[in-house]
Amino acid sequence: MRLVAIGLAAGVFSAFFGVGGGILAVPLLILFAHLPERAAAATSLLAIAITASAGVVVFALRGQVDVRYAALVGLPAAVGALAGTSLQQRVRTSTLTYGFAVLLTCVGIWLLVS
Amino acid sequence: MTTTTIVLAICLGLVAGVMAGLFGVGGGILFVPALVALGLGQLEAQGTSLLAILPTVVAGTLNQRRYGNLRARTAIVVGLASIAGVEVGARVVTELPESILRRLFALLLFAVAAQLVWRARRARPRYPDSS
Repeated sequence: MRLVAIGLAAGVFSAFFGVGGGILAVPLLILFAHLPERAAAATSLLAIAITASAGVVVFALRGQVDVRYAALVGLPAAVGALAGTSLQQRVRTSTLTYGFAVLLTCVGIWLLVS
Repeated sequence: MTTTTIVLAICLGLVAGVMAGLFGVGGGILFVPALVALGLGQLEAQGTSLLAILPTVVAGTLNQRRYGNLRARTAIVVGLASIAGVEVGARVVTELPESILRRLFALLLFAVAAQLVWRARRARPRYPDSS
């Protein structure tokens, strides 16, 4: 049931913000499903694949998916994800966490002022 | 699309992919603002971002499975449940103006950032070695 609740919450945010729901799923998996950090990140990626597939269909039916732009950023991102997951195995989690928090704050401010 | 735009988009994609792999997110957190900067509307950017997320998370998942970190059954339960959430969210999203979506997105980012810092501080050893 916890996993279902985590999935529901991640899905709502996925549709709201066009994110796969991972930013919500990862902390929830750690806090409520008691997964270790790396397992939570790995598991989140597969859950996102399922969520994002459904999201794409919903948005595509309304003509709100641009395949060219998706390929332009998505294909380099696939290469980046291979590098990122490899890097994740050897970087200290606390270092990553603080860096990520700073990045999130910067993007948030940018969204508010732009 | 100019050459500069294409190069920028590819660089942003690479960076987003590394972030996605590192943190277990899809990369949409960077894709959406990047796509908005490239000229897409907020909703179109979100739909396009969801498609861009797919190759990213598939590559990341395959690599993580190699490292033995993947909990496939957990992921399937969470992923399937979230489709129901997507359905609910997608209905609400069409009824909200873009300016409110942007503010909600910003607020979400601040909340997640605060939560991450809080958790990392809590996880830090209470009495670290003085070395």
